[in-house]
Amino acid sequence: MTYLIQGETGDWEVVVGLEVHAQAITNSKLFSGAPTTFGAEPNQNVALVDAAMPGMLPVINEIAIEQAVRTGLGLRAVINRTSVFERKNYFYADLPQGYQISQFLHPIVGEGTVTVDLADGTSRDIGVERLHLEQDAGKSMHDQDPTRTMIDLNRAGVVLMEIVSKPDIRTPEEAGAYVKKMRAIIRYLGTCDGNMEEGSMRADVNVSVRPVGETELRTRVEVKNVNSVRFVMQAIEIEAARQVDVWEEGGEVVQETRLFDAHKGETRPMRTKEFAHDYRYFPDPDLLPIRLEEDFIEKIRASLPELPDDKKARFISELGLSAYDAGVLVADRDTAAYFEEAAKGHDAKQVANWLTTNLFGALNKLDLEIGASPISATHLGELVGLIEDDTISSRIAKDVFEEMLATSKSPEAIVEDKGLKQITDTRAIEAIVDQVIADSPDQVADVQGGNEKGIGWFVGQVMKASQGKANPGQVNGLLRKKLLG
Amino acid sequence: MSDLRDWTIASAADALTKGETSSVELTDAFIEAIEANRSLNAFITETPELARHRAAESDARRASGDAKGPMDGVPIAMKDLFCTEGVRTTAASHILDNFVPTYESTVSGKLRDAGAVMLGKTNLDEFAMGSANITSYFGSVKNPWTPEGANADLVPGGSSGGSVAAVAGGLAIAATGTDTGGSIRQPASFTGLVGMKPTYGRCSRWGTIAFASSLDQAGPLTRTVEDAAIMLQAMAGHDPKDSTSLPIDLPDFRSACTTDVKGLRVGIPDEYTLDSMPAEIQKLWDQGAQWFKGMGAEVKPVTLPHTKYALPAYYIVAPAEASSNLSRYDGVRYGLRVPGDSLDEMYELTRGEGFGEEVQRRVLIGAYVLSAGYYDAYYVKAQKVRTLIAQDFKKAFADVDVILTPTAPSAAFAKGEKMDDPIAMYLNDVFTVPASLAGLPAISVPGGLDANGLPLGLQLITRVCQEETLFRAASALEAAANFTARPGDAS
Repeated sequence: MTYLIQGETGDWEVVVGLEVHAQAITNSKLFSGAPTTFGAEPNQNVALVDAAMPGMLPVINEIAIEQAVRTGLGLRAVINRTSVFERKNYFYADLPQGYQISQFLHPIVGEGTVTVDLADGTSRDIGVERLHLEQDAGKSMHDQDPTRTMIDLNRAGVVLMEIVSKPDIRTPEEAGAYVKKMRAIIRYLGTCDGNMEEGSMRADVNVSVRPVGETELRTRVEVKNVNSVRFVMQAIEIEAARQVDVWEEGGEVVQETRLFDAHKGETRPMRTKEFAHDYRYFPDPDLLPIRLEEDFIEKIRASLPELPDDKKARFISELGLSAYDAGVLVADRDTAAYFEEAAKGHDAKQVANWLTTNLFGALNKLDLEIGASPISATHLGELVGLIEDDTISSRIAKDVFEEMLATSKSPEAIVEDKGLKQITDTRAIEAIVDQVIADSPDQVADVQGGNEKGIGWFVGQVMKASQGKANPGQVNGLLRKKLLG
Repeated sequence: MSDLRDWTIASAADALTKGETSSVELTDAFIEAIEANRSLNAFITETPELARHRAAESDARRASGDAKGPMDGVPIAMKDLFCTEGVRTTAASHILDNFVPTYESTVSGKLRDAGAVMLGKTNLDEFAMGSANITSYFGSVKNPWTPEGANADLVPGGSSGGSVAAVAGGLAIAATGTDTGGSIRQPASFTGLVGMKPTYGRCSRWGTIAFASSLDQAGPLTRTVEDAAIMLQAMAGHDPKDSTSLPIDLPDFRSACTTDVKGLRVGIPDEYTLDSMPAEIQKLWDQGAQWFKGMGAEVKPVTLPHTKYALPAYYIVAPAEASSNLSRYDGVRYGLRVPGDSLDEMYELTRGEGFGEEVQRRVLIGAYVLSAGYYDAYYVKAQKVRTLIAQDFKKAFADVDVILTPTAPSAAFAKGEKMDDPIAMYLNDVFTVPASLAGLPAISVPGGLDANGLPLGLQLITRVCQEETLFRAASALEAAANFTARPGDAS
């Protein structure tokens, strides 16, 4: 799907690259033993090295290395056997060391690929340039005291993975799909919780525009700290439109860092002081280069879960799902796991239907995540099972579903308690059918006069009379036999 | 013993074992000497109460048969670059002058655990940046040695100037030092002591205030080579809290202190002959070679062709790392804070007032050589030079076991000399810096006196982790030199 901005002078193409900052799931920080628990009192999760006390030294957290490698493998990326931590030097009150330990020339992960799924059913590969490890900074709080700024170092030293894409993205939709897919992958891998609201995943968006047909890239602008998929897409639309205006008015886009203001629907430049740094990168002499053994990487590779793309392919080929349903189900690891549990021994397509239409709708209304669903995966599977073995009809199943939602009881128990078992006894159904026919001479005449569709009315009457319990197939058969011979 | 300068770690350990003295008695004597010699300005912080307490603990251990080893009960001085729990630690800087750590550095902690009694924290050049101990916020240190027939105050060398003044002046039996480009060896040479810089990574840097991380190494300052071995044994060892600490076991250093150098190959590097060097230093160096020959060693010339680039490379790498290491002193969390109207102004005022001139100079040089556009020309090139220097040594050590050089290009000089010329001051490190850049163990041993009656040291350098070879050669050199001179004016 092309996304072009129509300007006065012609059509403009948008070129986007994304830097995703993902907080790696680790119990302790990148270079200290301090815990990383969210929501602790200010300055509770701070080791001596996090506060940059004199003489304190960083020691690498091996789990952070593992998580970076795991993420790299999940992005189908090159794992660099040697990588180097460097110091990025700048002064800020919430940066205790006066430098951030990051990776610069030699990141731990090199080029990889993320396949994004688009609304029209197509997929595109977006290149990943690199993934590197770095420390987070602390937090400056300007609203705690009238004259002073308070510093919370709980986040200082927390493990971040910065994942940089190539400038392969051409539409806001692709950018949104990329962030969603990235989030799905890291959640599947268990390397980041992907929670954009709590800030454990955030994105910087690099945007430039160029007239359609131009091959050179024009000056890019970095839009910082965009914290939702929707905002990523909006920020691109707004910033690209702004740049087209600048170029068309004969101006020049300057390389700068801007902030996205979702309220005002604009991007605006950050104060130059906040980013005009010469970071004076150099290898951190307190840390040795990381050298990864083949064994270490292979062990992680062997422990990787099935990732969304593979799962989707399997759902289509083995379970016969549509590409659309498969895509919806694998987008979230918990949903996929729920589905697989529910589909065990049952018709996968039916389970998928119940899940994507009925359960999603219900959870949406209740504002619940799938993990908090009142209906367990096993129970949903059992419900489909009851339909499959003709214990209940699809119509009754809907009532049972509502009851399951309200009580979390098993469908079998509900069917049992409420006596909802389908009537499959031909003689019992025949009795009802005969009664309905006897009560409706006009309609009988209508059907026998050639209006075959009128049979539907009879089916409805029989079902109603049986309180929905009669097997609709049998009812249909009997009516046809009796009315049409 | 009437002269406290007669004590060595070995003799004190012996006397304590035999019950001829107690740690408290020894400690009290040294505390008295410290109080009587404050004019040396060797200590920034004296800790007599703590010392007496630890001495009493040591005596109690000994009484119950739990004495720990040769350091137990021995009064020593601690360079004020090692963080000491509950004891003010300043790095001789105004920016840290009220900083009291809640933690103990690995090196000082190991010494404490070995039973050593800390008498106080010794003066140094601010953040260990200097070669004369004249950049301390707490004032310069006086060398206990004075030139014959003159009255001038001499510098003790640096940066471990307070430590050597304390030991040479009889205010401690031994002291800790740190060596980045010669800060143990050059002051040892200036004061007639043994100064040992082990292989980079032998002593943990955890809790030692950083100057240049890839070069900083702790080491002992002692009266004898054997003492250096005993004390290093207590200071060194793998520390998981320092990623650059060597993950290997320590050999027994003391038992390496034999004087048997028969067949030892001693290299004399061509490139260490300087035109400006006093003739008596050249003479002592030649004498050193003769001593080794006389003891059955094989003396031969070696070449270290990149030596002349060592000093310039060092004065790029060390300030670069320092500029970054010292960024944490920003007035935000501890130490000096000079308030300003903005964060940037607070930084400027705090660091402008908190750091002395030499520290500021090196921070500026370091920031410059790392900045965009200069990084490749300076820092990257300096690192390449560093590799070449390490290769020089590697090639030389294919032919020889140790390398013998002068420790410094001059004897101790008067306070006031070289003060207005940083480059002249930097030249003090010309013989010590190459081993630092290559991470090699090196030791300075007193060799003799110059015409003014001032001590001169000879330096021995050996392969990575071959401290045993170094102690053996140094013991032989020490025996041959038989250096017994004492500074004249200290009690």
